[in-house]
Amino acid sequence: MARSGTAKRATRTITMPDKIPIRLTVNGNRMELTVAPWTTLLDALRDHLDLTGTKKGCDHGQCGACTVLVDGRRINSCLTLAVMKEGAEIVTIEGLAHNGELHPLQQAFIDHDAFQCGYCTSGQICSAAGLIAEGKAKTADEIRELMSGNICRCGAYPNIVAAIQQAMERS
Amino acid sequence: MIPFQYARANDVADAIKQIAADPSAKFIAGGTNLIDLIKYDVEGPSRLVDISHLPLRSIEPTSAGGVMIGAMVPNTDLAYHPMIEERYPLLSRAILSGASQQLRNMASTGGNLLQRTRCFYFYDTAMPCNKREPGSGCSAIEGVNRINAILGTSEACIATHPSDMCVALAALEATVHVTGPAGTRSIAFADFHRLPDNTPQRDTNLEPDEIITAIELPPKGFSTNYSYLKIRDRLSYAFALVSVAAALELDGDTIKEARLALGGVAHKPWRSSAAEAALLGQRADATAFAQAADWLLHGAKGYGHNNFKIGLARRAIIRTLDQAARGKPQSVSDKKIR
Repeated sequence: MARSGTAKRATRTITMPDKIPIRLTVNGNRMELTVAPWTTLLDALRDHLDLTGTKKGCDHGQCGACTVLVDGRRINSCLTLAVMKEGAEIVTIEGLAHNGELHPLQQAFIDHDAFQCGYCTSGQICSAAGLIAEGKAKTADEIRELMSGNICRCGAYPNIVAAIQQAMERS
Repeated sequence: MIPFQYARANDVADAIKQIAADPSAKFIAGGTNLIDLIKYDVEGPSRLVDISHLPLRSIEPTSAGGVMIGAMVPNTDLAYHPMIEERYPLLSRAILSGASQQLRNMASTGGNLLQRTRCFYFYDTAMPCNKREPGSGCSAIEGVNRINAILGTSEACIATHPSDMCVALAALEATVHVTGPAGTRSIAFADFHRLPDNTPQRDTNLEPDEIITAIELPPKGFSTNYSYLKIRDRLSYAFALVSVAAALELDGDTIKEARLALGGVAHKPWRSSAAEAALLGQRADATAFAQAADWLLHGAKGYGHNNFKIGLARRAIIRTLDQAARGKPQSVSDKKIR
C-alpha cells in the first residue's frame, strides 16, 4: 500500500535548508557546532559532540533513555531540536562526576545494583538528578510516579528506587 | 527526519507574519508532539517557526479575580505554581496525571491544547485516516479501537483528544486568548476543540495563522470539593482510557454548583449541561451521582473493543463525584482509588 505520508511529502517543495551554527554549554564546556535544523539535541550530543553516554532508546519520548538536564531541568533530548537550545546549559551523564569522584547517584546505583543491561541507566541517573533538584518527591510512591518517564526493561525498578532514596538522603 | 527550514520568532507579531508567509510552516513550542509526528511522517512542515522563546511565560492574577497563564508556561511550572496548587488544584492534579516529568518540563500550556490524537491509525501512515488524509477513510471504526471514542463520534472519525490538562480547563471554564493577523480574540474553552463531524482534520477552531497567547482561568477554582481520576492501562505515563474531572460547590450536603468533564472518550473534553443541571439542589449521594453519570453518557456508543469504556466511565464518574463531595481528591502518586 502506498504510504500516504510519503505521497504528501512528494508535493512539498523546499530549498535545502542551510546548516545553522549554534553555541551550547555542555558539561561546563562551551561548544560551537553547526547542525541541520532537524538535528535533535540527542543526535547533536551523540553524533556531533561524541557524547555517547546519552542513549537513543525509542527516539519518541516514550522510554527516557535520552534524558539530559537542560538549564537544570530534565527533558527528553530526542524530542527537542538542537537549534532550539542555542545558548542553553546542558548536563549529560558524562558531566555528573567531579574530579574523578562519582556523583552520589552514580555511586548509589552501583551500591544498589540498580541496573542489569545498563542501557537505560544514564537516562535514569540524569532523570533522578532532575528529580532531586525539583524537590517534589519525598516518598517511594512519589519517586516511582515522578520517575515513570524512565523505562527499565530489565525491571530493576526496586533497586533504582532504593538508589535514588540513598542519594536523596545524602544530598 | 525530513528536511525543514527553521527560524525563531522575535515577538507575537513576527510569529504571525512568518506563519502567514508560508502555508506549510508550523509553529513549534515544546515540540513534544510535533517532533514525534514529523519523525513518523504524519506531519511534514516545510518550516518550523520557533515560538518557544516568546515572552509568554508569566502566571498572573487578573483584575477579574482569575489567573492569566502565558501560552509558553511549561506544564510543570503551571502544575506547581503556588496560586494554581492553592486555588485550582483540579488543574494541577490533571496536569500531573499526564505524560512524564521530562515531557511536562518541555510541553507548553498552549501546545497542550493543540496535541493531536494518539489514535493508532493516525500515526500509521500505511493506513487510511480521515484526520491525516481527509477522504481516505477511518481505519479505527472497524479496527483495533480499544482506545477510541464513545461520545460525539462521526462516521469519519472516532479519535479522542489525549490531554488531561484540557479536561480540567473544560471543567473550570477557562478562556483561550489568541492573536491573528486581524487582531486578538477570545474563545470559550468549550468552543475551542471541535467534534470530528465530516472535518476530522480540524481538531480546533484556531485558524492556521493564529497563535495562542494565554489561557485565562475564571475566579472560581472549586478548591475544596474536586477530584481528577484517570483510568489507564499503566498506573503512570499512559494516556487515559477514561478520565473524570469533577468540581462541586456544596451547601452542607446539597449541591449548589457542579462541573463534570470527561477525558479519553471523545474528540474534545466531554461535558453535558444536563448532567450538571441534574446535580443542582440534590443531596451529594450515590443516587444523584449515578443520575449525572447517565446524563453525561447519554448517547454513548461503543465500537467493539471500546464497549467497556461506557461502563468504566459510569463507575469512574460516580467515584470521582464521591471523592469530590468527600473532599478527598484522587492522589497522583498513591494509585489506590479511595
